[in-house]
Amino acid sequence: MLRDITLGQYYQTDSVIHRMDPRIKLIGTIIYMISLFLYKNITVYLLAFLFLIIVIRISKVPFRFMIRGLKTVMFLLLITSVFNLFLTKGEPLVSIWKLTITKEGLANAVYIVIRLAFLIIGSSLMTLTTMPNQLTDGLEKLMRPLKFFKVPVHEVAMMMSIALRFIPILMEETDKIMKALMARGADFEGGKLLDKAKAMVPLLVPLVISAFRRANDLAMAMEARCYQGGEGRTKMKPLQYKRIDYMAYGVLALYLLAVILLGRLYPLSLIS
Amino acid sequence: MSIIVNHVSCVFDEDSNMPTKALKDINLVINEGEFIGLIGHTGSGKSTLVQHLNGLIKATEGAVYFNGEDIYDKDFDKKKLRSKVGLVFQYPEHQLFEIDVFSDVCFGPKNLGLSQKEIELRAYKALKQVGISDEYFYQSPFALSGGQKRRVAIAGVLAMEPEVLILDEPTAGLDPKGRDEILTMIKKLQTEMGITVILVSHSMEDVAEYVDRIVVMNQGEILYDAEPKEVFGHYRELEAIGLAAPAVTYIMEKCREAGFPVDTKATTVLEAKNEIWKIFHK
Repeated sequence: MLRDITLGQYYQTDSVIHRMDPRIKLIGTIIYMISLFLYKNITVYLLAFLFLIIVIRISKVPFRFMIRGLKTVMFLLLITSVFNLFLTKGEPLVSIWKLTITKEGLANAVYIVIRLAFLIIGSSLMTLTTMPNQLTDGLEKLMRPLKFFKVPVHEVAMMMSIALRFIPILMEETDKIMKALMARGADFEGGKLLDKAKAMVPLLVPLVISAFRRANDLAMAMEARCYQGGEGRTKMKPLQYKRIDYMAYGVLALYLLAVILLGRLYPLSLIS
Repeated sequence: MSIIVNHVSCVFDEDSNMPTKALKDINLVINEGEFIGLIGHTGSGKSTLVQHLNGLIKATEGAVYFNGEDIYDKDFDKKKLRSKVGLVFQYPEHQLFEIDVFSDVCFGPKNLGLSQKEIELRAYKALKQVGISDEYFYQSPFALSGGQKRRVAIAGVLAMEPEVLILDEPTAGLDPKGRDEILTMIKKLQTEMGITVILVSHSMEDVAEYVDRIVVMNQGEILYDAEPKEVFGHYRELEAIGLAAPAVTYIMEKCREAGFPVDTKATTVLEAKNEIWKIFHK
């Protein structure tokens, strides 16, 4: 029942994307996000869509995994598009009661849905193809310049990797406690909202307790191995760019260039 | 009153590229009043199997019948099933949540929609059955010792008055004394109350003295399903799958090898003593 959440999940398989350096995947995701927000332009979105499809195919991750990530934010997607649909001022199209749908509103709603959907699929592609510890390694390396501004980069990265590491553990724990409660006749499916909220209490108490217990154990284990932060710490597998990574940077640059060119030269907007 | 497991298979992560076959074509009949030991190495599928028995996991293939009714039927009452087939999970003390011991035990019967009086009566009975004395009733469950917490958690399931009680590794992490106490208590429940008990464990020592029948699982399949004496006869095969017979079996085997005419089928310390005694009395 909790298996639907794909946020931060890793899909194990062997593909070019999986083998790439995490830094390129991080930067790639950021560039892809930027490309989505540069222009309100159908041709650009077509290119972004094509790019996404190609990368997904190369990554060998089944498409339904991406869709699953989308399902969890469906509600958010719906709300933002509805708000955009009704609350944008402009040339009225249809008018129902006090609400008017404007041409601009419709266009905005379409844009926002496309942008958010691509954004979520794009970023879940990154987490699906990158192991969490690789991801934090990459982040640590990318954020290294921030050390100059006294940002505790290593500590932040360590916290992130621990947090990510604990997502599946806590999820499993939740599943176990839920099952134990269901074995004692608890009902999580039916009931009104208030009943549902009440049913959560017996779940949350043991969960929070176990989270604290695990955090305590982990802190103890880290201390027992003399962990003392990032100072002078070396990596067992230092990140190193390979040929494929430089090629990927090239592809990214080309993609960004194409987006800018298309955005400038072929502006094809929904509202003329 | 019985549970029939008919050709049940279970696959996890079916839609990923690495599906795990947790159970492979399991057939099992659990009769009323039996004390069954379900034994297997870590990851052999024993926990998965018991979760099928009260419908927490749905079988990928096959069917489970409780008292002749198919539990996967649309109008089958799962909640009732779960009150009849009580399942105590591993480390059940990690699942306590109420402010005091008594209300925690009340949780199960309360979910059954009983009257307040009946709920409290059942909780009281269950706590007495597991040997928790009155002075602990209104303490926080978190203030108890590990063994006591586990008893409270078991009482939480007992309070639903199940016909079948399944305990998943009830002795894990307990000291020898706590282990014996829990097992003796479970045996008492079975003999005095007539509850069918399924004890999941990976320790032969645990079950040898108490159960009537042993089901050995390995990699999602049932390897043996017989009386303890017969199962322990296969101790070499058991070793091959990461299990072991009780120490007594080894001693008796060694005695036989040394030329003493003993019956190696002795499984408990008492039986072994009597066997060895016989040699001296000849």
